[in-house]
Parts: sequence; structure tokens; C-alpha cells
Amino acid sequence: MNKILILFAHPAFRRSRINAVLRGGVEDLEGVTFHDLYAAYPDFLIDVPHEQSLCEAHDVIVLQHPFYWYSTPAIIKEWFDLVLEHEWAYGSSGKALAGKITFQALTAGGDTSDYRPGGLNLFTIKEFTTPYRATANLCRMEWLPPFGVLGIHKGLPEEDRLRHAAEYRRTLIALRDNHLDIHRARECELLNQDLDAIVKEV
Amino acid sequence: MEQFLVQLFIFLAAAVIAVPLAKKCRLGSVLGYLIAGIVIGPFCLRLIGDIETVMHFTEFGVVMMLFLVGLELKPSLLWQMRTPILGMGGTQVVLTFIIVGLVCALVLPWQQAVAIGLTLALSSTAIVLQTLREKGLLNTSPGQSVFSVLLFQDLAVIPILAIIPLLATTVIQADSHHGPEFFDITALPGWLRLLVVLLAMGFIYIAGTYASRPVFRAIAATRVREVFVAAALTLVIGISLLMTLVGLSPALGTFLAGVVLADSEYRHELESDIEPFKGLLLGIFFISIGASLNFTLIAEQLWLVGGLVAGLILIKGLVLFATAGIFRMPVHERWLFTVALAQGGEFAFVLFQFARTNGVLPQPLTESLISAVAVSMFLAPLLFIVHDKLIATRLKDALPERPADHIEEGGRAVILAGFGRLGTDIGRLLISAGIRPIILDHNEANVDTLRSFGFEVYYGDATRLDLLESAGAAEAELIIITLGDHEKAMELTRLVQKHYPHLKIAVNAVDRRAAYEFMDLGVTTIRRETFGSALTLGQDALQLLGFDPYEAYKIRRLFRKKDKDTLPELYRIFREDTENYRTMYQKHNENLVELMKKDREMDMEELDKAWSAASPET
Repeated sequence: MNKILILFAHPAFRRSRINAVLRGGVEDLEGVTFHDLYAAYPDFLIDVPHEQSLCEAHDVIVLQHPFYWYSTPAIIKEWFDLVLEHEWAYGSSGKALAGKITFQALTAGGDTSDYRPGGLNLFTIKEFTTPYRATANLCRMEWLPPFGVLGIHKGLPEEDRLRHAAEYRRTLIALRDNHLDIHRARECELLNQDLDAIVKEV
Repeated sequence: MEQFLVQLFIFLAAAVIAVPLAKKCRLGSVLGYLIAGIVIGPFCLRLIGDIETVMHFTEFGVVMMLFLVGLELKPSLLWQMRTPILGMGGTQVVLTFIIVGLVCALVLPWQQAVAIGLTLALSSTAIVLQTLREKGLLNTSPGQSVFSVLLFQDLAVIPILAIIPLLATTVIQADSHHGPEFFDITALPGWLRLLVVLLAMGFIYIAGTYASRPVFRAIAATRVREVFVAAALTLVIGISLLMTLVGLSPALGTFLAGVVLADSEYRHELESDIEPFKGLLLGIFFISIGASLNFTLIAEQLWLVGGLVAGLILIKGLVLFATAGIFRMPVHERWLFTVALAQGGEFAFVLFQFARTNGVLPQPLTESLISAVAVSMFLAPLLFIVHDKLIATRLKDALPERPADHIEEGGRAVILAGFGRLGTDIGRLLISAGIRPIILDHNEANVDTLRSFGFEVYYGDATRLDLLESAGAAEAELIIITLGDHEKAMELTRLVQKHYPHLKIAVNAVDRRAAYEFMDLGVTTIRRETFGSALTLGQDALQLLGFDPYEAYKIRRLFRKKDKDTLPELYRIFREDTENYRTMYQKHNENLVELMKKDREMDMEELDKAWSAASPET
């Protein structure tokens, strides 16, 4: 059984219905540690040794956050800057994260018609997340495409939110129990575009 | 009595007129005093009488100065300086003695040559230290080298006094030498003398280490300031007497006492109490040196005195420059070292007279020598000016811009006035950031407790200008005022603004009204005493009520900002429209709530919008 660490970052969490539902769906899962960065470090003073030992104690690291300016909320950048130390996360002897699976679970306002070549945002979500893919690569991690909930500014109906939450929960369970086909998952545009195709049923 | 007051008046008036003038012409105070002495002396206005007595009495200023210097030198620091003191000092004194002695031996009997060589090896502690301090050079590395040499010279006076009587060539006149009336150490056999000397030194050390603290504490507790001053003077005078009694230099004894007390919490208090006496005595001492310049003699023996002065400065200069080279001083420091010490010293007056009365030197030669030394002392401040104008500027051009490599150990950047509960935490924070503030507190019980916790706290009333001065306000960068008494804090602020306009001020205001009063004075860094902890506790409360930690944190920050933003407006109303202040204050508070609410909503909405790449309307 894999242990999963969710690094959650939302500066106005109370106002995000989608993130509340996503969070509610996975928080109680066995083997999942839900870590709210803004709540833990409201003044951004990140406890680096604590964060590193958390990472070392888990096999899967998920970054769950809203998609701000084609990137993450500020505290995740701060987290990268401080926690991913040379010779710990990367460098010739930096192998603390090696082999761990990682992906982003993000919520974005625009939908797939905005996130495409020629669309409003010019690039796809997968393209926008290449910096994180490179980060994972440098840290010798197993990168997976983002789990994306798009189009939330057009107002997601309640049943869609619940569906996303269920899919998120299913993805994490599959990862936890080694039921996810990593090779096929890596080829996806978004991790949740067709879960049935990558989750191996037992 | 009247005669005494007239003389005192003349001396002081001369100083009051001459020193500001000299300062204005950028000549330094020492030169001002010397010129004042010449003007009121027998060759100009003839206003003063018994110069020699005055000079002898005011020599005590040198003793006090060394006490003050000792106060600034902790024993550990002194131990660190043992190499420059013995090495540089020893080299300089021995080399100067040999060369001067050899030159003199060409024309004089060897005994006289030895006496002259030994005496001229000494430089003027009074002039050099005063000038270095005035220029702020005392704590620099060349300044410390100069000081080391001076210290060695002061030590050397003791054996020189012992040697001179052995050089006598004529029969000693009777009663020429008289020791203290009630006890003559010279009557004792050698080993007993040594024992007495060691006992005296040991007494100073033990009394300074163990007895001084309870005594000073008891005196401080009386809160009668002049009693503390009296105690400080008693201490210095007592040690001088003790040293004279056992045949040591009083300057050396008080210097040792100063070093022993350098760790004491009463150090700055002692410093500021002795300082004005030292300043006045030294000033009058310099005036009397100026007045003692015998122009008739100099005019008669222009070539002899001129030659002596030139030879003295030249030989000492060469030796000093060579010493600086031997000890591998940086080139730009060598010149300062040389210029600083190339003159005769005030000890020469005493030693030449002593040599004459012991039948070593003939009367006419003694007078020429004393005149030469006096002239060289007069030239010393001028040499400093020449150094500043010519050598230093040229060297500065030649040298690449030196990086600020080390902050002098003596000068610390922060004075923390008031070390109660608030000050203690500020002090801890600063110390944790590697800044060791000079802490002043006026509660002797508090000072003791905090000292026992390892804080460097000094006892004293921070609103006293002299204490501020000795705490280093002139060199400090910042003063933090956390006095519990608002009136005192205001007084201190005014004092600092008036006398140390360069000093940044950060104050703690007990309440809003106090903050307004500081704003009246133009202080910009003001914190209200309980405001910070109120906000932090408020943040905790919000969190306990279920707010997101980051939300609670943001509310606190936002509140603080809004409060700060409305402060100038409220201040204006408080000053211009006092009657309506209360209602305006309430209104502002309501506005604050409104503003906060709006801001928070805006903040969130902006966040939401910020990353909605596709506009919600579409």
C-alpha cells in the first residue's frame, strides 16, 4: 500500500466550493495525509525539515491547488524554493524523492476550449505544467499528468462537482493500492480524462 | 580665594574662547588650548602667575584620562594586546633610547646622554589620546597600535625614575627629593618594596572585582547623583595616592583600576562622572603647557632649540616608521602611527626636572630640553593636520577603495534605553540577530537580575546627556527608547534630537496619546506598547473561532495596515479639533470595520478573478 501526501494550497479555501468537495472526498482516506500549507504556514515561514520528513514518509506526492496565473498559489513556489534542497531533492546525492509518484490536482476557471492552441490561453494545461514536470524529472520522480477540473468559472453544477470529487477519490485509491496503469496514465492529456482506461479493476 | 577665582576665571575663559575658534579652523581642541596658553602666558598678555603649580596639579587630568581609557579596555582585550604593547612599545622605546643616546653622547657625557635618551623616548599620552579620540581614530587598528606604545611608555616611566638617580655626576643637593611625608618607600629594602608594590596592585584588583559592586550599588540606591560623582573621584584620587605611596605611576594605577572595572555595570556611570573633570583638568594642563613655552629662551637659543626639536621629531619619526615596518603594519597606517607619536611627552617635564635635581643634567641644558619638548608637543597637533591634508589624502588616492572590513569592536550600533519587560524582549531579539546593544537601565535591582542572566546592562539614567555620550551615542546608529515613563521618554527623545541629530530613533509609546506626542516631535518609528500583542492575540482568537489560519493572519495584517493608514488623519483631528476627537475616533473605527470588510471581499474577489483566464461573463 502506497502512502499519499496531499500538499494543499488555497489562500481563500472557504470560498472555493470545488476544492471543498475535492478535499472532502479524500481527507478521510486511509493512507492519505492531507497537509494544508496556508493553514500550517500563514506567515510563509515553512518548516523545511518537517516538510522533508513528510515527503520521505510518503510514496505519492500530490499538489492540490487552484490554477493561478498558469501556475500555483504563491506558497507552493515558496515550498519548492525552500524544501527542494540541493543534495536532498536533486544533485548527485539528492535522492530523497527518487521513485516517488507525483502529480498536480488543479482547478481552473477556463475550460478545454480556452486551454488549447489558438484558444484564449494559447496552450494546453499539460503544456503549462511542464515546469513542474521538469522539476519532478530533476528530482528523479515519476511524473503524471495533472488531474484537472476545468471550467469552474462558468459555474459547475452540483452533480459535476460530486463527479469530480468521486474521480479524485478513485484516482487516489488506485494509486494507493497500485491499481493505476502508470505507463498509460503518463500518456494522458489529463489524468482524469478517462479513468476507466487507466485504473486496473481488480 | 579671590586670587584663585581670578586665575580660574582666566583659564576657563581662555579655553572657552580659544577652543571653539580652533575647532572652527579645524585645528582640534588640543591646539586651541595650547594657543590659549601662549596668549594668556607670560610672553603675551601676562595674565597668569604660577604656571608650574597649575601644570603639576592639572597633570592629574592625565591620570583620569588613563582611568577612562582603562574603563574601555576589558581585561581580555588588554591580554589580546600584549604583543603590540610589549613588542611595538618595547621596540620603539629601546630604539629611540639608543639612537637619541648615541647622538647626545657625541657632545655630552654618557650619563647625560642616557638620561636624555630615556626621557625623549616617551611621547605625549595626553595630546595623542585626546587628538585620536577627537578624530574617532582610537578604536581603529593604527589607533590601537599607538595606544599600545603609549601604554608601554607609561610603564617605562617607573624604571626610568629608578635609573636616573644612578646617573648623577654631581653631588645631589639636599632635600631635593622628598617622598610622601608619612611613608617613604625608598627607605625599605628592595624585596620589601617589590612586595608592597605587588600588594598594592593585588589590592586594586581584589577591591575592584569584589568590593566595588556592592559599594556602588549602595551608593546608586541613594539616588543622590553627586554622591556617586564623589565616589568616583574618591576612587581615582585614592588609587593615585596609593600608587604614589608605593612608587608607581598614578596613571598606571588608575589605568589598572579602570581595566578591572571595565566589566562592571557602573562603567558608563563612572565614565560620565569622571569625564568632565578629566576634560577640564586636561584642558588647563594643555593651557599651562602653552603658557610655559619660554619664548625668551627659545629666541636666545633659536638654533639649539630648533635643532633639538627637529632632531627629536626626525629620530622618533624614523624609529616609529621602522617599528611600524617591523610589525608589518599596512602602509597607510604607518604614517599615522609615525606622526602620532613623534613628539616629546609631558613626562619629560617631570623627568628632566627630576634629573636636574638629582644632579644628572645641568640647569641650562634642562631648560633648553624642556622648551624643545614643549615646542614638539605644540607641533604634534599640527603634524596631525599635515598628515590629514597631505599624506592621508594622497594615500587614499593611491589605495583602492577599502571595503568596510570590520566594524570596530568598541562601537556598537544600537543603544537600548530602558530594559523592562518590553526592552528585555527587544534585546533578546537583537542579540539573536547578532547585534549586541548597549543597554541602559535606571533600576539597580533590575540591572542586577538581568546581568545575572548574561545581558550586558549598564546602570544609569538614560536622559543624562553625559551617560548617553559615554554609551557611544555619537557613534551609534540607532536608539531604541522603551522607558516606561512617558515624560522621561519624551525628554530623552528631545535630548537625542538636539544633540545627536544623526541618531535614528525608535520609540515605544504607552498609548495612542503618547504616540501623538512623539509625532509632535517628528518621530516616525513609533510602536504602541500593547498593540502588537493585542493583534496577535486577536489572530489567535479568530483562529479558535474557526477562521482559517491564513484568513486570521490576513485580517490581522489588514487591520494593522488600516489602523496605520488612519493614524495621520486621527492625529490631525486630535491636534486641530480636540473637542470632536472622541466622536471622530469612533467614526473612524466604524469606517475601519467597513473598510476592512470591503478590502477583504475585494481581496478574495481579486484572487478569484486573477486566475480566471476566461472572463466569467463569457
